[in-house]
Amino acid sequence: MGAEKTTTPKLLVRDLNFFYGEYRALKDINLTIPEKMVTAFIGPSGCGKSTLLRTFNRMYQLYPKQKATGEIILDGDNILDKKQDLNTLRAKIGMVFQKPTPFPMSIHDNIAFGVKLYENLNRRDMDERVEWALKKAALWNEVKDKLKQSGTGLSGGQQQRLCIARAIAVKPQVLLLDEPTSALDPISTAHIEKLIDELKEDFTIVIVTHNMQQAARVSDYTAYMYLGDLIEFGDTSTVFTNPKRKETEDYITGRFG
Amino acid sequence: MQTTFLREARLKQQIWLDILFRNITRLSAFAVLALLIAIIGSLVIGSLPAIKAFGLNFLYSAEWNPVTDEFGALVPIAGTIATASIALLIAIPVSFGIAIFLTELSPRWLRRPLGTAIELLAGIPSIIYGMWGLFVFAPLFGDHIEPWINKTLGHMSVIGPLFSGPPMGIGILTAGIILAIMVIPFIASVMRDVFDVVPTLLKESAYGLGATTWEVMWNVVLPYTKIGVVGGIMLGLGRALGETMAVTFVIGNAHELSASLLMPGNSISSSLANEFTEAVGELYTSSLIELGLILFFITFVVLSLARFMLHKLGKREGQST
Repeated sequence: MGAEKTTTPKLLVRDLNFFYGEYRALKDINLTIPEKMVTAFIGPSGCGKSTLLRTFNRMYQLYPKQKATGEIILDGDNILDKKQDLNTLRAKIGMVFQKPTPFPMSIHDNIAFGVKLYENLNRRDMDERVEWALKKAALWNEVKDKLKQSGTGLSGGQQQRLCIARAIAVKPQVLLLDEPTSALDPISTAHIEKLIDELKEDFTIVIVTHNMQQAARVSDYTAYMYLGDLIEFGDTSTVFTNPKRKETEDYITGRFG
Repeated sequence: MQTTFLREARLKQQIWLDILFRNITRLSAFAVLALLIAIIGSLVIGSLPAIKAFGLNFLYSAEWNPVTDEFGALVPIAGTIATASIALLIAIPVSFGIAIFLTELSPRWLRRPLGTAIELLAGIPSIIYGMWGLFVFAPLFGDHIEPWINKTLGHMSVIGPLFSGPPMGIGILTAGIILAIMVIPFIASVMRDVFDVVPTLLKESAYGLGATTWEVMWNVVLPYTKIGVVGGIMLGLGRALGETMAVTFVIGNAHELSASLLMPGNSISSSLANEFTEAVGELYTSSLIELGLILFFITFVVLSLARFMLHKLGKREGQST
Protein backbone atom coordinates (compact mmCIF):
# COMPACT_ATOMS: atom_id res chain seq x y z
CA MET A 1 0.00 0.00 0.00
CA GLY A 2 3.01 2.30 0.57
CA ALA A 3 3.62 2.26 -3.16
CA GLU A 4 2.40 5.78 -3.77
CA LYS A 5 5.38 7.19 -1.86
CA THR A 6 8.82 6.69 -3.33
CA THR A 7 11.12 5.69 -0.55
CA THR A 8 14.70 4.63 -0.09
CA PRO A 9 15.38 2.17 2.71
CA LYS A 10 17.57 3.59 5.48
CA LEU A 11 17.62 0.87 8.09
CA LEU A 12 17.05 -2.75 7.22
CA VAL A 13 16.16 -4.98 10.15
CA ARG A 14 16.64 -8.69 9.41
CA ASP A 15 15.67 -11.53 11.76
CA LEU A 16 16.34 -9.43 14.81
CA ASN A 17 16.04 -11.16 18.17
CA PHE A 18 16.70 -9.50 21.50
CA PHE A 19 17.38 -11.09 24.87
CA TYR A 20 17.28 -9.75 28.41
CA GLY A 21 19.23 -12.64 29.88
CA GLU A 22 17.09 -15.64 28.98
CA TYR A 23 14.00 -13.64 28.17
CA ARG A 24 13.38 -13.13 24.47
CA ALA A 25 11.99 -9.63 24.11
CA LEU A 26 12.03 -9.34 20.32
CA LYS A 27 11.14 -12.22 18.04
CA ASP A 28 12.42 -12.39 14.48
CA ILE A 29 11.73 -8.80 13.60
CA ASN A 30 11.94 -7.92 9.89
CA LEU A 31 11.41 -4.31 9.00
CA THR A 32 12.57 -1.60 6.65
CA ILE A 33 12.79 1.98 7.89
CA PRO A 34 12.47 4.37 4.95
CA GLU A 35 14.78 7.35 4.58
CA LYS A 36 13.58 10.85 5.53
CA MET A 37 10.24 9.58 6.72
CA VAL A 38 8.75 9.27 10.16
CA THR A 39 8.25 5.71 11.30
CA ALA A 40 6.25 5.13 14.48
CA PHE A 41 6.37 2.09 16.75
CA ILE A 42 3.15 1.58 18.68
CA GLY A 43 1.89 -1.13 20.97
CA PRO A 44 1.01 -1.80 24.60
CA SER A 45 3.62 -1.51 27.36
CA GLY A 46 6.18 -4.28 27.28
CA CYS A 47 5.64 -5.04 23.60
CA GLY A 48 9.29 -4.35 22.79
CA LYS A 49 8.95 -1.09 20.89
CA SER A 50 11.50 0.76 23.05
CA THR A 51 13.74 -2.30 23.04
CA LEU A 52 13.67 -2.30 19.25
CA LEU A 53 14.50 1.40 19.15
CA ARG A 54 17.41 0.90 21.52
CA THR A 55 18.99 -1.72 19.28
CA PHE A 56 19.44 0.90 16.55
CA ASN A 57 22.12 2.76 18.51
CA ARG A 58 23.11 -0.28 20.58
CA MET A 59 22.19 1.50 23.78
CA TYR A 60 21.52 -1.92 25.29
CA GLN A 61 25.24 -2.57 25.26
CA LEU A 62 25.63 -0.48 28.41
CA TYR A 63 24.02 -3.31 30.30
CA PRO A 64 25.43 -6.76 30.72
CA LYS A 65 23.23 -9.72 29.83
CA GLN A 66 21.38 -7.84 27.10
CA LYS A 67 22.11 -9.02 23.61
CA ALA A 68 20.77 -8.80 20.09
CA THR A 69 21.12 -11.27 17.24
CA GLY A 70 20.31 -10.80 13.57
CA GLU A 71 21.15 -7.84 11.40
CA ILE A 72 20.43 -4.15 11.22
CA ILE A 73 21.89 -2.71 8.05
CA LEU A 74 22.76 0.97 7.82
CA ASP A 75 24.67 2.16 4.74
CA GLY A 76 25.55 -1.42 3.87
CA ASP A 77 27.05 -2.25 7.27
CA ASN A 78 25.55 -4.41 9.96
CA ILE A 79 25.47 -2.17 13.02
CA LEU A 80 25.13 -5.18 15.32
CA ASP A 81 28.54 -6.36 14.13
CA LYS A 82 31.10 -6.49 16.94
CA LYS A 83 33.49 -4.50 14.77
CA GLN A 84 31.04 -1.60 14.53
CA ASP A 85 32.52 1.39 16.34
CA LEU A 86 29.91 2.62 18.82
CA ASN A 87 30.94 6.26 18.72
CA THR A 88 30.71 6.42 14.94
CA LEU A 89 27.37 4.64 15.07
CA ARG A 90 25.98 7.08 17.62
CA ALA A 91 27.21 10.00 15.56
CA LYS A 92 25.03 8.67 12.73
CA ILE A 93 22.06 7.76 14.90
CA GLY A 94 21.00 10.28 17.52
CA MET A 95 18.50 9.69 20.31
CA VAL A 96 16.04 11.69 22.41
CA PHE A 97 14.51 10.19 25.54
CA GLN A 98 11.20 9.99 27.47
CA LYS A 99 12.18 12.82 29.75
CA PRO A 100 14.17 15.92 28.93
CA THR A 101 17.79 15.33 29.94
CA PRO A 102 19.68 18.61 29.72
CA PHE A 103 23.26 18.26 30.92
CA PRO A 104 24.24 20.37 33.93
CA MET A 105 25.93 23.02 31.82
CA SER A 106 24.99 26.09 29.79
CA ILE A 107 22.59 25.91 26.83
CA HIS A 108 25.49 26.58 24.46
CA ASP A 109 27.64 23.86 26.03
CA ASN A 110 24.76 21.37 25.95
CA ILE A 111 24.69 21.65 22.16
CA ALA A 112 28.46 21.84 21.81
CA PHE A 113 29.00 18.72 23.95
CA GLY A 114 28.17 16.21 21.25
CA VAL A 115 29.77 18.21 18.45
CA LYS A 116 33.06 18.38 20.34
CA LEU A 117 33.20 14.60 20.45
CA TYR A 118 33.54 14.40 16.68
CA GLU A 119 34.66 17.71 15.28
CA ASN A 120 37.32 20.21 16.17
CA LEU A 121 35.55 23.46 15.45
CA ASN A 122 36.90 26.90 16.22
CA ARG A 123 34.82 29.22 18.34
CA ARG A 124 33.01 30.90 15.49
CA ASP A 125 32.13 27.69 13.69
CA MET A 126 30.93 26.20 16.95
CA ASP A 127 28.72 29.22 17.64
CA GLU A 128 27.30 28.90 14.14
CA ARG A 129 26.64 25.20 14.66
CA VAL A 130 24.89 25.86 17.97
CA GLU A 131 22.73 28.51 16.33
CA TRP A 132 21.94 26.19 13.42
CA ALA A 133 20.91 23.34 15.72
CA LEU A 134 18.81 25.58 17.94
CA LYS A 135 17.07 27.06 14.89
CA LYS A 136 16.39 23.59 13.53
CA ALA A 137 14.88 22.65 16.87
CA ALA A 138 12.74 25.81 16.87
CA LEU A 139 14.30 26.99 20.10
CA TRP A 140 16.65 29.74 18.91
CA ASN A 141 14.29 32.65 19.39
CA GLU A 142 13.52 31.65 22.94
CA VAL A 143 17.10 31.16 24.11
CA LYS A 144 19.33 33.33 21.90
CA ASP A 145 19.81 35.86 24.70
CA LYS A 146 20.61 33.33 27.38
CA LEU A 147 22.94 30.83 25.78
CA LYS A 148 25.27 31.09 28.77
CA GLN A 149 22.55 30.16 31.24
CA SER A 150 22.03 26.67 32.48
CA GLY A 151 20.01 24.29 30.32
CA THR A 152 18.30 22.99 33.44
CA GLY A 153 16.56 26.34 33.94
CA LEU A 154 14.37 25.99 30.84
CA SER A 155 10.79 24.75 30.87
CA GLY A 156 10.12 21.07 30.20
CA GLY A 157 9.14 21.58 26.57
CA GLN A 158 12.12 23.85 25.95
CA GLN A 159 14.41 21.31 27.59
CA GLN A 160 13.13 18.59 25.29
CA ARG A 161 13.70 20.79 22.23
CA LEU A 162 17.18 21.49 23.62
CA CYS A 163 17.75 17.74 23.69
CA ILE A 164 16.55 17.48 20.10
CA ALA A 165 18.89 20.33 19.14
CA ARG A 166 21.72 18.57 20.95
CA ALA A 167 21.04 15.38 19.02
CA ILE A 168 20.84 17.03 15.60
CA ALA A 169 23.87 19.27 16.20
CA VAL A 170 26.02 16.20 15.55
CA LYS A 171 24.30 15.99 12.12
CA PRO A 172 23.11 12.42 12.42
CA GLN A 173 21.27 10.62 9.64
CA VAL A 174 18.72 8.97 11.87
CA LEU A 175 16.94 10.40 14.88
CA LEU A 176 15.45 8.03 17.43
CA LEU A 177 12.70 9.49 19.61
CA ASP A 178 11.71 7.37 22.59
CA GLU A 179 8.30 8.68 23.71
CA PRO A 180 9.62 12.24 23.41
CA THR A 181 6.44 13.92 24.62
CA SER A 182 5.36 11.60 27.41
CA ALA A 183 6.55 14.05 30.08
CA LEU A 184 5.26 17.19 28.38
CA ASP A 185 2.08 19.27 28.47
CA PRO A 186 -0.21 19.39 25.39
CA ILE A 187 1.16 22.68 24.06
CA SER A 188 4.77 21.54 24.28
CA THR A 189 3.70 18.26 22.72
CA ALA A 190 2.19 20.13 19.78
CA HIS A 191 5.45 22.06 19.39
CA ILE A 192 7.47 18.87 19.26
CA GLU A 193 5.07 17.22 16.80
CA LYS A 194 5.31 20.19 14.48
CA LEU A 195 9.06 20.03 14.83
CA ILE A 196 9.12 16.32 13.91
CA ASP A 197 7.27 17.21 10.73
CA GLU A 198 9.93 19.77 9.81
CA LEU A 199 12.86 17.58 10.79
CA LYS A 200 11.94 14.77 8.44
CA GLU A 201 13.15 16.97 5.58
CA ASP A 202 16.68 16.25 6.77
CA PHE A 203 16.54 13.21 9.02
CA THR A 204 15.12 9.74 9.09
CA ILE A 205 12.98 9.68 12.20
CA VAL A 206 11.90 6.69 14.26
CA ILE A 207 9.50 7.45 17.09
CA VAL A 208 8.18 5.24 19.85
CA THR A 209 4.91 6.47 21.26
CA HIS A 210 2.23 5.40 23.69
CA ASN A 211 -0.16 7.76 22.09
CA MET A 212 -1.89 6.37 19.02
CA GLN A 213 -3.22 9.73 17.91
CA GLN A 214 0.32 11.02 17.98
CA ALA A 215 1.47 8.18 15.76
CA ALA A 216 -1.38 8.91 13.38
CA ARG A 217 -0.54 12.62 13.34
CA VAL A 218 3.20 12.56 12.88
CA SER A 219 4.20 9.36 11.15
CA ASP A 220 4.30 8.14 7.56
CA TYR A 221 4.75 4.50 8.52
CA THR A 222 3.54 2.64 11.56
CA ALA A 223 4.66 -0.60 13.10
CA TYR A 224 2.33 -2.28 15.58
CA MET A 225 4.08 -4.56 18.03
CA TYR A 226 2.76 -6.98 20.59
CA LEU A 227 4.74 -9.16 23.04
CA GLY A 228 7.92 -8.93 21.03
CA ASP A 229 6.33 -9.66 17.67
CA LEU A 230 5.96 -7.22 14.85
CA ILE A 231 2.27 -7.69 14.09
CA GLU A 232 1.81 -5.22 11.29
CA PHE A 233 3.88 -2.67 9.47
CA GLY A 234 2.78 -0.34 6.74
CA ASP A 235 1.64 3.03 5.61
CA THR A 236 0.24 4.89 8.62
CA SER A 237 -3.10 5.71 7.01
CA THR A 238 -3.55 2.08 6.04
CA VAL A 239 -2.62 0.75 9.46
CA PHE A 240 -5.06 3.10 11.13
CA THR A 241 -7.98 2.95 8.70
CA ASN A 242 -7.71 -0.44 7.12
CA PRO A 243 -5.48 -2.74 9.17
CA LYS A 244 -4.79 -6.14 7.72
CA ARG A 245 -4.62 -7.93 11.02
CA LYS A 246 -7.39 -8.38 13.54
CA GLU A 247 -4.99 -7.70 16.49
CA THR A 248 -4.02 -4.33 15.07
CA GLU A 249 -7.61 -3.36 14.59
CA ASP A 250 -8.46 -4.33 18.18
CA TYR A 251 -5.62 -2.19 19.51
CA ILE A 252 -6.32 0.79 17.24
CA THR A 253 -9.98 0.86 18.06
CA GLY A 254 -9.24 0.63 21.76
CA ARG A 255 -10.79 -2.75 22.35
CA PHE A 256 -7.58 -3.74 24.05
CA GLY A 257 -4.34 -2.23 25.31
CA MET B 1 -21.58 18.50 77.03
CA GLN B 2 -19.33 15.84 78.41
CA THR B 3 -17.77 15.09 75.01
CA THR B 4 -17.07 18.72 74.06
CA PHE B 5 -15.41 19.21 77.40
CA LEU B 6 -13.22 16.17 76.82
CA ARG B 7 -12.35 17.29 73.36
CA GLU B 8 -11.37 20.71 74.63
CA ALA B 9 -9.18 19.19 77.30
CA ARG B 10 -7.48 17.05 74.72
CA LEU B 11 -6.94 20.04 72.49
CA LYS B 12 -5.43 22.00 75.36
CA GLN B 13 -3.14 19.12 76.16
CA GLN B 14 -2.06 18.91 72.55
CA ILE B 15 -1.25 22.57 72.43
CA TRP B 16 0.90 22.16 75.51
CA LEU B 17 2.64 19.16 74.05
CA ASP B 18 3.24 21.11 70.88
CA ILE B 19 4.88 23.95 72.78
CA LEU B 20 6.94 21.52 74.82
CA PHE B 21 8.07 19.68 71.70
CA ARG B 22 9.01 22.88 69.92
CA ASN B 23 11.06 24.04 72.85
CA ILE B 24 12.86 20.75 73.26
CA THR B 25 13.94 20.74 69.63
CA ARG B 26 14.95 24.37 69.88
CA LEU B 27 16.96 23.63 72.99
CA SER B 28 18.82 20.81 71.24
CA ALA B 29 19.61 23.01 68.27
CA PHE B 30 20.85 25.84 70.46
CA ALA B 31 22.84 23.43 72.63
CA VAL B 32 25.00 22.67 69.59
CA LEU B 33 25.60 26.35 69.03
CA ALA B 34 26.35 26.93 72.71
CA LEU B 35 28.77 24.03 72.73
CA LEU B 36 30.58 25.41 69.71
CA ILE B 37 30.89 28.83 71.29
CA ALA B 38 32.04 27.29 74.57
CA ILE B 39 34.76 25.30 72.83
CA ILE B 40 36.02 28.31 70.88
CA GLY B 41 35.82 30.38 74.06
CA SER B 42 37.84 27.96 76.14
CA LEU B 43 40.43 27.58 73.36
CA VAL B 44 40.80 31.35 73.16
CA ILE B 45 41.03 31.76 76.93
CA GLY B 46 43.49 28.90 77.20
CA SER B 47 45.74 30.31 74.52
CA LEU B 48 45.72 33.90 75.83
CA PRO B 49 49.09 33.61 77.64
CA ALA B 50 50.75 32.36 74.45
CA ILE B 51 49.04 35.00 72.33
CA LYS B 52 50.24 37.69 74.75
CA ALA B 53 53.76 36.32 74.79
CA PHE B 54 54.33 35.73 71.10
CA GLY B 55 51.58 37.62 69.24
CA LEU B 56 51.45 37.00 65.52
CA ASN B 57 55.03 35.83 65.61
CA PHE B 58 53.64 32.50 66.85
CA LEU B 59 52.26 31.81 63.38
CA TYR B 60 55.52 32.06 61.46
CA SER B 61 58.16 31.16 63.98
CA ALA B 62 59.69 27.71 63.53
CA GLU B 63 61.11 27.77 67.05
CA TRP B 64 59.78 25.17 69.49
CA ASN B 65 61.92 25.08 72.59
CA PRO B 66 60.31 24.08 75.89
CA VAL B 67 63.59 24.73 77.73
CA THR B 68 63.76 28.41 76.81
CA ASP B 69 59.97 28.74 76.60
CA GLU B 70 60.12 29.82 72.96
CA PHE B 71 57.22 28.52 70.86
CA GLY B 72 56.15 28.97 67.24
CA ALA B 73 53.56 27.09 65.22
CA LEU B 74 55.09 27.17 61.75
CA VAL B 75 56.35 23.57 61.73
CA PRO B 76 53.09 21.93 62.84
CA ILE B 77 51.00 24.21 60.59
CA ALA B 78 53.19 23.40 57.59
CA GLY B 79 53.12 19.70 58.48
CA THR B 80 49.34 19.66 58.83
CA ILE B 81 48.79 21.41 55.52
CA ALA B 82 51.45 19.36 53.71
CA THR B 83 50.19 15.98 54.92
CA ALA B 84 46.54 16.84 54.25
CA SER B 85 47.41 18.13 50.76
CA ILE B 86 49.40 15.02 49.89
CA ALA B 87 46.53 12.90 51.18
CA LEU B 88 43.96 14.67 49.01
CA LEU B 89 46.25 14.74 45.99
CA ILE B 90 46.40 10.96 46.13
CA ALA B 91 42.93 10.23 47.48
CA ILE B 92 40.77 12.30 45.11
CA PRO B 93 41.82 10.69 41.82
CA VAL B 94 41.93 7.21 43.34
CA SER B 95 38.47 7.64 44.88
CA PHE B 96 37.12 8.96 41.60
CA GLY B 97 38.47 5.87 39.88
CA ILE B 98 36.98 3.58 42.51
CA ALA B 99 33.61 5.29 42.24
CA ILE B 100 33.60 5.13 38.43
CA PHE B 101 34.46 1.46 38.53
CA LEU B 102 31.82 0.65 41.12
CA THR B 103 29.01 2.56 39.43
CA GLU B 104 29.76 2.10 35.75
CA LEU B 105 32.21 -0.62 34.93
CA SER B 106 32.17 -3.30 37.58
CA PRO B 107 30.13 -6.45 36.95
CA ARG B 108 27.08 -6.52 39.16
CA TRP B 109 28.20 -9.44 41.35
CA LEU B 110 31.42 -7.63 42.27
CA ARG B 111 29.80 -4.36 43.31
CA ARG B 112 28.54 -5.41 46.69
CA PRO B 113 31.70 -7.12 47.99
CA LEU B 114 33.90 -4.27 46.77
CA GLY B 115 31.57 -1.64 48.21
CA THR B 116 31.48 -3.44 51.54
CA ALA B 117 35.25 -3.74 51.59
CA ILE B 118 35.57 0.00 51.14
CA GLU B 119 33.13 0.66 53.95
CA LEU B 120 35.02 -1.75 56.20
CA LEU B 121 38.22 0.10 55.40
CA ALA B 122 36.55 3.24 56.71
CA GLY B 123 35.75 1.49 59.95
CA ILE B 124 39.30 0.44 60.86
CA PRO B 125 40.46 2.35 63.96
CA SER B 126 43.13 4.89 63.12
CA ILE B 127 45.64 3.43 65.54
CA ILE B 128 45.72 0.29 63.43
CA TYR B 129 46.57 2.36 60.38
CA GLY B 130 49.29 3.97 62.46
CA MET B 131 50.77 0.66 63.59
CA TRP B 132 50.59 -0.78 60.11
CA GLY B 133 52.14 2.40 58.76
CA LEU B 134 55.03 2.33 61.22
CA PHE B 135 55.81 -1.39 61.27
CA VAL B 136 54.94 -2.49 57.75
CA PHE B 137 54.58 0.40 55.34
CA ALA B 138 57.34 2.75 56.50
CA PRO B 139 60.19 0.16 56.36
CA LEU B 140 59.12 -1.03 52.91
CA PHE B 141 58.68 2.53 51.72
CA GLY B 142 62.07 3.57 53.12
CA ASP B 143 63.92 0.56 51.70
CA HIS B 144 62.39 0.38 48.26
CA ILE B 145 60.43 3.42 47.22
CA GLU B 146 62.22 6.38 48.77
CA PRO B 147 65.65 5.57 47.29
CA TRP B 148 63.97 5.44 43.92
CA ILE B 149 62.21 8.77 44.59
CA ASN B 150 65.59 10.19 45.59
CA LYS B 151 67.17 9.04 42.37
CA THR B 152 64.45 10.23 40.02
CA LEU B 153 62.30 13.06 41.39
CA GLY B 154 65.07 14.24 43.72
CA HIS B 155 67.24 15.33 40.81
CA MET B 156 64.59 17.33 38.99
CA SER B 157 65.13 21.05 38.81
CA VAL B 158 62.19 22.69 40.56
CA ILE B 159 60.63 19.93 42.64
CA GLY B 160 63.97 18.25 43.43
CA PRO B 161 64.40 19.67 46.94
CA LEU B 162 60.98 18.27 47.88
CA PHE B 163 62.19 14.75 47.28
CA SER B 164 65.77 14.70 48.48
CA GLY B 165 67.07 13.64 51.88
CA PRO B 166 67.77 10.37 53.58
CA PRO B 167 65.25 7.56 52.93
CA MET B 168 64.13 6.92 56.49
CA GLY B 169 60.66 5.62 55.78
CA ILE B 170 58.92 7.94 58.19
CA GLY B 171 58.22 11.58 57.43
CA ILE B 172 55.75 13.99 55.89
CA LEU B 173 55.31 12.00 52.68
CA THR B 174 54.67 8.73 54.52
CA ALA B 175 52.15 10.44 56.78
CA GLY B 176 50.43 11.89 53.71
CA ILE B 177 50.19 8.49 52.06
CA ILE B 178 48.82 6.82 55.19
CA LEU B 179 46.29 9.65 55.46
CA ALA B 180 45.35 9.12 51.82
CA ILE B 181 44.65 5.45 52.50
CA MET B 182 42.53 6.48 55.48
CA VAL B 183 40.41 9.06 53.65
CA ILE B 184 39.95 7.14 50.39
CA PRO B 185 37.09 5.03 51.80
CA PHE B 186 35.23 8.15 52.89
CA ILE B 187 35.62 10.04 49.64
CA ALA B 188 35.08 6.97 47.47
CA SER B 189 31.90 5.86 49.20
CA VAL B 190 30.38 9.35 49.09
CA MET B 191 31.30 9.63 45.40
CA ARG B 192 29.80 6.21 44.69
CA ASP B 193 26.60 7.12 46.50
CA VAL B 194 26.13 10.37 44.61
CA PHE B 195 27.08 8.81 41.26
CA ASP B 196 24.48 6.14 41.91
CA VAL B 197 21.64 8.66 42.03
CA VAL B 198 22.46 10.22 38.66
CA PRO B 199 19.42 9.51 36.46
CA THR B 200 20.04 6.67 34.02
CA LEU B 201 18.48 8.70 31.23
CA LEU B 202 20.99 11.50 31.73
CA LYS B 203 23.89 9.10 31.35
CA GLU B 204 22.20 7.36 28.42
CA SER B 205 21.76 10.66 26.63
CA ALA B 206 25.47 11.32 26.90
CA TYR B 207 26.31 7.78 25.80
CA GLY B 208 23.72 8.22 23.03
CA LEU B 209 25.74 11.11 21.63
CA GLY B 210 28.70 8.77 21.38
CA ALA B 211 30.55 9.81 24.53
CA THR B 212 32.93 7.35 26.16
CA THR B 213 32.58 6.29 29.79
CA TRP B 214 35.27 8.78 30.76
CA GLU B 215 33.57 11.64 28.87
CA VAL B 216 30.23 10.79 30.46
CA MET B 217 31.72 10.69 33.95
CA TRP B 218 33.90 13.76 33.60
CA ASN B 219 31.56 16.05 31.66
CA VAL B 220 28.11 15.00 32.80
CA VAL B 221 28.11 12.91 35.97
CA LEU B 222 30.73 14.94 37.83
CA PRO B 223 29.11 18.36 37.19
CA TYR B 224 25.72 16.87 38.06
CA THR B 225 26.99 15.58 41.39
CA LYS B 226 29.51 18.28 42.22
CA ILE B 227 27.91 19.33 45.49
CA GLY B 228 27.98 15.79 46.81
CA VAL B 229 31.49 15.19 45.52
CA VAL B 230 32.85 18.36 47.12
CA GLY B 231 31.04 17.34 50.30
CA GLY B 232 32.80 13.97 50.23
CA ILE B 233 36.16 15.60 49.64
CA MET B 234 35.56 17.97 52.54
CA LEU B 235 34.69 15.02 54.75
CA GLY B 236 38.01 13.46 53.77
CA LEU B 237 39.90 16.71 54.22
CA GLY B 238 38.35 17.22 57.64
CA ARG B 239 39.56 13.80 58.67
CA ALA B 240 43.00 14.36 57.13
CA LEU B 241 43.47 17.66 58.97
CA GLY B 242 42.42 16.35 62.33
CA GLU B 243 43.72 12.80 62.20
CA THR B 244 46.00 12.24 65.17
CA MET B 245 47.04 8.71 66.01
CA ALA B 246 48.08 7.37 62.63
CA VAL B 247 49.98 10.54 61.79
CA THR B 248 51.75 10.57 65.14
CA PHE B 249 53.08 7.09 64.41
CA VAL B 250 54.64 7.86 61.05
CA ILE B 251 55.33 11.59 60.77
CA GLY B 252 58.52 11.50 62.82
CA ASN B 253 57.51 14.17 65.34
CA ALA B 254 60.41 16.51 64.71
CA HIS B 255 60.02 20.23 65.22
CA GLU B 256 62.22 21.04 62.30
CA LEU B 257 61.35 22.78 59.11
CA SER B 258 62.65 21.07 56.00
CA ALA B 259 61.90 21.53 52.34
CA SER B 260 62.03 17.80 51.82
CA LEU B 261 58.89 15.74 52.15
CA LEU B 262 61.00 12.75 53.05
CA MET B 263 62.16 14.38 56.29
CA PRO B 264 60.33 13.95 59.59
CA GLY B 265 58.02 16.77 60.56
CA ASN B 266 55.09 17.39 62.81
CA SER B 267 51.42 18.13 62.48
CA ILE B 268 49.23 20.11 64.84
CA SER B 269 47.28 17.13 66.09
CA SER B 270 50.35 14.92 66.52
CA SER B 271 52.14 17.68 68.48
CA LEU B 272 49.16 17.93 70.75
CA ALA B 273 48.95 14.19 71.27
CA ASN B 274 52.64 13.84 71.93
CA GLU B 275 53.27 16.80 74.13
CA PHE B 276 50.23 17.48 76.27
CA THR B 277 51.25 14.96 78.90
CA GLU B 278 54.70 16.44 79.26
CA ALA B 279 53.78 20.09 78.94
CA VAL B 280 54.98 21.86 82.06
CA GLY B 281 54.56 25.53 82.63
CA GLU B 282 51.79 27.85 81.59
CA LEU B 283 53.35 29.02 78.36
CA TYR B 284 53.98 25.51 77.05
CA THR B 285 50.39 24.38 77.72
CA SER B 286 49.01 27.61 76.39
CA SER B 287 51.02 27.30 73.20
CA LEU B 288 49.61 23.84 72.64
CA ILE B 289 46.09 25.15 73.16
CA GLU B 290 46.77 27.90 70.65
CA LEU B 291 47.84 25.19 68.19
CA GLY B 292 44.41 23.64 68.73
CA LEU B 293 42.78 26.98 68.06
CA ILE B 294 44.75 27.29 64.81
CA LEU B 295 43.61 23.82 63.71
CA PHE B 296 40.05 24.85 64.42
CA PHE B 297 40.58 27.97 62.35
CA ILE B 298 42.14 26.08 59.43
CA THR B 299 39.20 23.69 59.32
CA PHE B 300 36.80 26.61 59.39
CA VAL B 301 38.61 28.37 56.53
CA VAL B 302 38.68 25.19 54.47
CA LEU B 303 34.95 24.67 54.89
CA SER B 304 34.21 28.28 53.96
CA LEU B 305 36.43 28.00 50.90
CA ALA B 306 34.54 24.92 49.83
CA ARG B 307 31.25 26.78 50.12
CA PHE B 308 32.66 29.67 48.16
CA MET B 309 33.97 27.35 45.46
CA LEU B 310 30.58 25.69 45.05
CA HIS B 311 28.99 29.09 44.72
CA LYS B 312 31.50 30.04 42.02
CA LEU B 313 30.93 26.77 40.16
CA GLY B 314 27.19 27.34 40.24
CA LYS B 315 27.65 30.78 38.75
CA ARG B 316 29.89 29.60 35.97
CA GLU B 317 27.32 27.02 35.02
CA GLY B 318 24.71 29.70 34.65
CA GLN B 319 22.67 29.04 37.75
CA SER B 320 22.43 31.62 40.44
CA THR B 321 22.65 29.58 43.59
